[in-house]
Amino acid sequence: MTVIIAIWEVISKLQLFPTFMFPPLIIPNDPGGVTVMKTLVDGIISGQILEATGITLGRLLIGFFIAVVLGLTFGFLIARYKWVDDTLGFFVTALQSIPSIVWFPLAIVWFGLGNVAILFIVAIGATWTMTVNSSAGFKNVPSIYIDAARTLGASGPHLLRTVIIPASVPHIISGLRVAWAFAWRAIMAGELLGASGGLGYLLDLGRSIQAMDLVLSIMIVIGIIGTIIDSQVFLRMERSVARRWGLRT
Amino acid sequence: MKVDLNKVNKSYTKGKNDSLHVLEDIDFSIKEGEFVSLLGPSGCGKSTILKLIAGLSHPTSGDLKVNGTPVEGPGTDRVVVFQEGGLFPWMTVLENVTYGLKIKKMKRVEAEEKAMEGLRMVHLANFTNAYPHELSGGMKQRVAIARALVMDPDVLLMDEPFAALDEQTRLILHQELQDIWQKTGKTILFITHNIREALTLSDRVLLMSTRPGTIKQTFNVQASRPRNPSDSIIVDLEKRVMAELEEEMNKVLKEEFGDDYRYKTDSVRDRDNSDMGSHI
Ligand SMILES: Nc1ncnc2c1ncn2[C@@H]1O[C@H](COP(=O)(O)OP(=O)(O)O)[C@@H](O)[C@H]1O
Ligand SMILES: [Mg+2]
Repeated sequence: MTVIIAIWEVISKLQLFPTFMFPPLIIPNDPGGVTVMKTLVDGIISGQILEATGITLGRLLIGFFIAVVLGLTFGFLIARYKWVDDTLGFFVTALQSIPSIVWFPLAIVWFGLGNVAILFIVAIGATWTMTVNSSAGFKNVPSIYIDAARTLGASGPHLLRTVIIPASVPHIISGLRVAWAFAWRAIMAGELLGASGGLGYLLDLGRSIQAMDLVLSIMIVIGIIGTIIDSQVFLRMERSVARRWGLRT
Repeated sequence: MKVDLNKVNKSYTKGKNDSLHVLEDIDFSIKEGEFVSLLGPSGCGKSTILKLIAGLSHPTSGDLKVNGTPVEGPGTDRVVVFQEGGLFPWMTVLENVTYGLKIKKMKRVEAEEKAMEGLRMVHLANFTNAYPHELSGGMKQRVAIARALVMDPDVLLMDEPFAALDEQTRLILHQELQDIWQKTGKTILFITHNIREALTLSDRVLLMSTRPGTIKQTFNVQASRPRNPSDSIIVDLEKRVMAELEEEMNKVLKEEFGDDYRYKTDSVRDRDNSDMGSHI
């Protein structure tokens, strides 16, 4: 890490490229000049970066939530009904391989350039992988749990709620984690291409005013947020389920 | 009769016009309070019979009655203890044991009291908040037994509940199961592929043969209780069951390895553990 930072600083100081293209990270090239660190700190203090982060996370959560609800529903239907598996199940595998940004032209025509179009590509980017994982989870519920529950009097929605869903939890959680990663990529692409506000928009702004210090500081923010959410939320969830179930120690 | 099977047949369809005839004309009944074992090699259809009685699967033909009424689906008058892994891993011991009681709409306090009573019966009252993976194999099976007992079923169905346990634990659980049976007077159908286990526990042993599964012979075990596996009546019966089985084993092995294979007649007798093959 330090080595990479040091190499970056040296290249920047050699002035092989203009400073705006290759800004230093920490130590300014001329007194009072730009550094990525300074832009980042200023951006946070002025609220510009925080506000953009808030907007992005807000969109992400809504889109992700829609994807999870749809993914669980489709996953359940695919696992439950053979004909849904033969139709939608087959189709989902194909849909899953389409990068979500490919939907963008359609989204713009359908919803106009704005929030709805962004939410659409975030949701569609995460829905299919969530569907695949949750249907795998529902399909692989060991029949012994279902048999045991039925002989103890469970049936219908109660069986679904108390046995089938909890038994699918390990699959569902890994589905959430992957779906989140897809949603995160989708929102960056979407915001970069056409949105007002958000981290992706700031990236595009940085490009248009040729301020790579801004672009780099946003990239740092994106990397940090992505890592924190993955390790603090999803990895933790996965571990606590694994621990409780005794899957790993 | 508590449980009554009359010419029960079961086939599974595999593929378009191919079917596997698993059970052929199964005829037997179990009296109230009786302890009956189904004994047979893996794959002979023991679990299939149990699932039919539990209502988890339906006969292709024949009559199947419990308490005089035809079985149509699962019911809490017939609870199953499975071989292993039947507990819900996401629930604590107490949650597992109260699961069925809560479905019966029993109040929480009452359900927990009843669960504790059941757990005391299997000597696990101190493990209420443990998760199944924290328990040994023997403890898990005790919880499964408690979970079934608290439902106060008319018939307790047990599908090789001790097959995955080590010999010592199994002997202890045999003792406990006999105690429980004597205390509660439950009607029990116990499935096993272990000859000694069947003879030690049961009033009656139904020996099955395979492909298709039929009941080949019935042995009444008139040894006194509590049972002692070295009781001469049991030892004697064990020899008779073995003799019956040799024939059966030859049949199975011939199918698996071809006609030139003959199982050495004595080798079955020499084994000290009277197991009938793979632990499935
Ligand atoms: N759901 C099923 N579909 C098709 N075949 C089955 C099914 N369940 C069991 N069988 C077959 O029926 C036979 C008897 O199985 P089972 O009753 O589990 O035997 P056992 O409990 O005596 O070992 C086996 O050959 C098995 O492959
Ligand atoms: Mg079986």
